Order: sequence, then structure tokens, then C-alpha cells
Amino acid sequence: MHKESAIREPLILGHKTYHDITEDVCRSIEGKAPKAWYVLFGIALLLGLYGVGCILYLLGTGIGTWGLNKTVQWAWDITNFVWWVGIGHAGTLISAVLLLFRQKWRMAINRAAEAMTIFAVFMAGLFPLIHMGRLWVGYWVMPIPNQFGSLWVNFNSPLLWDVFAITTYLSVGFVFWYIGLIPDFATIRDRAKNPVSKKMYSILSFGWSGRAKHWNRFEIVSLVLAGLATPLVFSVHSIVSFDFATSVIPGWHTTIFPPYFVAGAVFSGFAMVQTIMLIVRKGLKLEAYLHVKHIEYMNIVIMVTGSIVGVAYLTELFMSWYSGVEYESYAFINRATGPYWWAYASMMTCNVVSPQLMWFKKLRRSLLFTFFISIVVNIGMWFERFVIIVTSLHQDYLPSSWSMFHPTWTDIGIYIGTIGLFFVFYLAFARYFPILPIAELKTILKSSGESYKNDTAPVRPKTAPVVNTFVPTDEPIEEVVETIESTLDHVEEKATELSDDEKQHKISSLIEKLGVGNADQKDDLKVISGVGPKLEETLNGIGIFTFEQVSKMTKEEYDLLDSITGTFPGRAERDDWAEQAKNLMNK
Amino acid sequence: MYDDDHVLLDGAKKLVAQGVHITDVFSPFPVHGIDPVIGVKHTRLGIVAFMFGLLGMTLAVIGFKYMMIDNWPMNIGGKPNFTLLQNFPAFVPITFEFTVLFAAHGMAITYLIRNKTLPGMPADNPYPRTTDDRFVMEIRLSDNTKFSASELHAKIKETDIIEIEEKEYVVVK
Repeated sequence: MHKESAIREPLILGHKTYHDITEDVCRSIEGKAPKAWYVLFGIALLLGLYGVGCILYLLGTGIGTWGLNKTVQWAWDITNFVWWVGIGHAGTLISAVLLLFRQKWRMAINRAAEAMTIFAVFMAGLFPLIHMGRLWVGYWVMPIPNQFGSLWVNFNSPLLWDVFAITTYLSVGFVFWYIGLIPDFATIRDRAKNPVSKKMYSILSFGWSGRAKHWNRFEIVSLVLAGLATPLVFSVHSIVSFDFATSVIPGWHTTIFPPYFVAGAVFSGFAMVQTIMLIVRKGLKLEAYLHVKHIEYMNIVIMVTGSIVGVAYLTELFMSWYSGVEYESYAFINRATGPYWWAYASMMTCNVVSPQLMWFKKLRRSLLFTFFISIVVNIGMWFERFVIIVTSLHQDYLPSSWSMFHPTWTDIGIYIGTIGLFFVFYLAFARYFPILPIAELKTILKSSGESYKNDTAPVRPKTAPVVNTFVPTDEPIEEVVETIESTLDHVEEKATELSDDEKQHKISSLIEKLGVGNADQKDDLKVISGVGPKLEETLNGIGIFTFEQVSKMTKEEYDLLDSITGTFPGRAERDDWAEQAKNLMNK
Repeated sequence: MYDDDHVLLDGAKKLVAQGVHITDVFSPFPVHGIDPVIGVKHTRLGIVAFMFGLLGMTLAVIGFKYMMIDNWPMNIGGKPNFTLLQNFPAFVPITFEFTVLFAAHGMAITYLIRNKTLPGMPADNPYPRTTDDRFVMEIRLSDNTKFSASELHAKIKETDIIEIEEKEYVVVK
């Protein structure tokens, strides 16, 4: 078994059993959604619909409804595109890179972050698509045999690389996410009471049964997909940066772009994860699984990548001077002191200064401060893309064509709309999908759960219950009519000595002590650890139906019960059914 | 049926040491170390992924050669791009993307087909709570002909088990 140093902070707080994990994650799916969820969903839906309306208006009228002009041909559209792709980087990074590095803390956030990735990349993809103008011929970006004298797409163009990179990233990210979801859907399926949701989840779970061989394959598939996704993450944002870096525009034409963009993407992705997860953990009461330590780990990542981004900004400035290229230095002087100085200043403050505050332990462990910084970083990273794109373009080689960019309401509407749509997807995900990886969390429970680390978890008695009563196998097991087909319970030798009369007598005395149970109001006794479907049947046969009855059991009754059923002497006492039943009654 | 992964593992080791063949184990999460005990071989899906990756890479290169070099060569500012090799640096990104695309999807699809887990497939875990916190060992009499039913029963009971259920199994898949 994997052991973890006792000094490391536990990843799961308090005492949890496997069943508790299932319960905690499934609660939000099986229960009713709180009012706040409906309110948020409603707002997001309205914003999303407004965005869709703007997109339809744009498609009907043309790209001219955006504030673009001859000088600034790329502005909010590409800014939003890069911003969303950047946000879409944390998910795969968390689940793939951290999986390869065996960072167990990823399990609190990987599912949610992967979902975020998929939805964010989806939003990102919208922008280049509508930027094409004629969306209905969007398939022309694919190398499809055609009637134009077999005119192919240009494989030398970074814009085409982008098409392949984004689609690959989206589809591989989805597969990675879904493979992990299958076992958890199976868990929900097996718990579902409502036939409609049972049907839905059984389709979604693909008939997963949890066989050993399947789990063996599952682990390898996860590992290999992680290995494939890791370079993919880096390639995607590198390729996005090629859109700029391979051009000859001063301010874009920089070899530093790929690593700088990737660090920026991780930076903004983690910030978005923080923003969302801080709300989710509160809303879904998952504080035990995602606590201050996780937040601190993420803040450290934000601090490190924020510093990388800061160094990149400074390198850019230095190179523009050191290269001696007049145009290059002008582009940067204009950025910092020109008409867009305010955008440059907000970018510098939000991205370079604010993450440095994370050096203070107190601040990076403060939830409120983290939430605030995560929003600041999101804003800062949007400005970074705006600064790179617009300030490099707006004062070009020909002063007579210099101009500013003014967004129109369609620009703003589509941007706000994608945020709305993103949250529509996300809220639906948080409502119907397991937001934490149930199966994966169970694998770290014993190595990283708090109660298991400080030895407060209830210890399982070592003694096997049947050592003494076992008879060597060459002795015939008398009287037990046991055929293979029989699905009846198994009777211990002790029990075989009882005559029916005696048994009946014992049963009645047991029931006398426990009170008569009502078969109509029977509880699900299987919830008691140690009781399975067979034993429940036996208990019901005796006349024990409710937790209340079980809770009254003492040593005497346990012995009596053992002598009647004869299955597993001592088990009921060991598992302390009465205590369990008491707890269940109060639930 | 067991209620703890380590107990199941110990139980399985004990049974296998006595020569019992365990057909399968159903568990809510991967029980590490169970595979060699019950004789599950290491999966070859990694090789599958590699093969699919190679296939994707080959297809990409063939595509470039045909589209950009043979069928419709593009003269972009007179840059040296009239042979595959000269033009290849520009093809590296998409070659990579194609390799990953094929490897990932090929592997995932193979995985689903080999597991027989596809949309609409029925589940065959013996008891719903094996996806929550129960662990079930499947032991078939037909795989253990050297033991009688009662012998097997006694052996299984020696482990720290919660419940034994005997039934005629129906092969679902």
C-alpha cells in the first residue's frame, strides 16, 4: 500500500469511510437543487441567450457589427479566444501533469477542472468560427477533397495549426474526462432510485461493473492518456502563440511567445479553477475534500506561473531595447506610455504584482483573499491578450492609418454571452455530474485521510470470526442440505444442532426484547456495515425490520441472533450494529 | 463479499495459496495489488496506443506529401518548400496533433470495446454496492473442480468475509 509521510497535511479531513465519500459526492446529484442554483442558472441562461442573440445578429449582418477597423483587424474576438483557451489549460494540466507527477491533491479538483477546460475550449472555439464570417462554410478549414481544382488548406499556416490543435485538444480532453467519469456514473446508477435517472446514468455509465481486469485497463488508459495530454497541453497554447509569433508585426514577432503563453495559460487557468471551486466547495459542502491545503497548493502554482509571466514581460521589454530594432522598441514604448497605457498598467498590476502577495503564508491560506486575487488574475490575463493584440496593431507603420479600437455592443454582448453560456454548462455539470472523482478519492482515503494518518480511525478487529468453529473438511458437514443451486443462507454447525422448536423459541425471545417490527415500515438494513442482502433477508425472516429494533441489541441479543442464524458468530458485535443503527435512526 | 479492500486482498491471497481459483473481483475502485494475485495479466493497451499513434503520424505525413508537395504545391514567397523534407518544419505541429489524436482515440475506443462497456450495455456487477463500498469475489465451482462445494465454502469462510452467496451464474457477457 502507498504510504505517505505523517508530516504531510491530510488531503481528506475528518473521518470518512468509502461510503461517506459516495454519499458526500452524490448528495448534490440526488437531492434537490438549492434556490441559489436556480437563480444563478437563470442569470447565466439569460446572459447566454443574449450572447446567442448577438451571434445571430452578427451572422445575419456581418463582421462589420464588431468594432474592428482597417488598422485594428483583431481585437476582442481574438482576445476572448486566447483568454478562453488559456482558462481551458488548467484542467488537463491538473489531471495530466499532476497525475504523471503523482500529486494526489489533484483529485479534489481534477474532475471539476477538466469540465471547466472542455467548456472553456468550447467557448474559445466559438470566436474563430464566428470570425470566419460565413460560419456555414466553416468546414473549409478541413482538408476535404473539393471541386476547386483540389485546392487544399495551407498546412504552413499557424492558423490552420490552430484548427488542428484546438479540435484535438477538445476531443482528447473530452475523452480523458469521460473515461474517468464512467465508474462514477456507475456508482450513481447503482444508487439511483428514480427509474428515469437510473436509466440515464446506466446509459452514461456504459455498463461499467468494476471488474479487476477493467480497473487494470482503466489505470493504464488514464496513465497513457495523461502522457499524451501533457505535451498536448503545451503544444496547444504554443500553437496559439504562433498565430502571433510567426507574423512580422512588432510586438508579436517574438520567440519568447510559446513558453510565455503556456505559463500565462496555466496562470489564468488556475485562477479560474480557484474562482469556481471556492464557490463549489461551499455550495456543495465539500470542505472536507477541498480544504485550505489544496487552495494553498493552487496559490503556489499561481505564484510560480505569475512570476514566469512577469519575467517574460520584462524580457520582452529588454529585448525590444537590446535588439536595436526601432519598430520593436516603439511598439513597447507605445504600449507602456501610449494611449493604451491604462491597459498595460492594469495588466502589470494584476499579473505581476498581485501574485507576488502569495509569498505570505497567511494570505495564500486565506479563502477570501484567494477569491479576490483569482478574479484579479482573470481580469489581468484578459488585459494581457488585449494589450498584446490591440496595442501592437493600433499604431502601425503608417501614422495616417493610426486608430483606436472601440468595442460595439455586439462585441460586448458576445463576450458576456460566452461567460453566460460557460456557466450554464458548468452549473448543469455541477448539478448532474459527480464533481469529485469518487473512485479515485477512495484510493487515497487510507493514505491521505486525516483519521487514517493520525490513527483516530476505528480500528478493524484483527480476529477472523470463525477460527474456532471451523471443522476440518474431511468431516462431513452434517444435516446441512446444501446444493449449489440453493441460494439459501448457510448454516453453521452450531446452528444445525438446534431443533426447529428451539429456534422458534429463541426467535420469539429475541423479538420480545427488540420489539415487534413492522414489515411495512422496514428500513434498508443493508446500510449497516456487515449486513448484506442475504442477511437482511434472514433478519426480515426473523422479524427484524427497522433500525430501531437493531439499535436495542446488546451482547445478549447478538449471541442469540448468532445462534439462530449461525452465519458469522461475533460479527454483529464486532461491527457494533446497535451503534450504527442508532446513528442511522437519527439521520 | 467484503467491506474493505485490504481484507479482500488478504483473503484473496489466502485462498489462492490454498489453490482456489478466483474468477473475478468486483470493486468500487482499483484495488492495488489484486491483479497478480488473481492472475489478471498486465494489459497491452499501451502498445495499442503506440500503434495508433504511429498510424496517425504516417497518415499525417502521407497527407502532407500528397496535398502540399504533389497535388498542389504552394509557392509562398519563393521559400524552399518543394520537397517534403524542406517543408517539414512547418508540418511538425500538425504531425504531432495527429499522432496524439489517433493514439488517444484509438486507445480509448479499444479500451471500451475490450471492456464491453459501450452505451446501453447492461451492468453485471453482482450487487449494487460494489460500486460504493463493497468488494465481491467471484469464485466459480466449475473453475475449482478439485474442491467440493462445501470444502470451498469452508475455505472462503475462513477469510474475514461478510457474506457468501451461492447461485447458478448466468453468463451475461
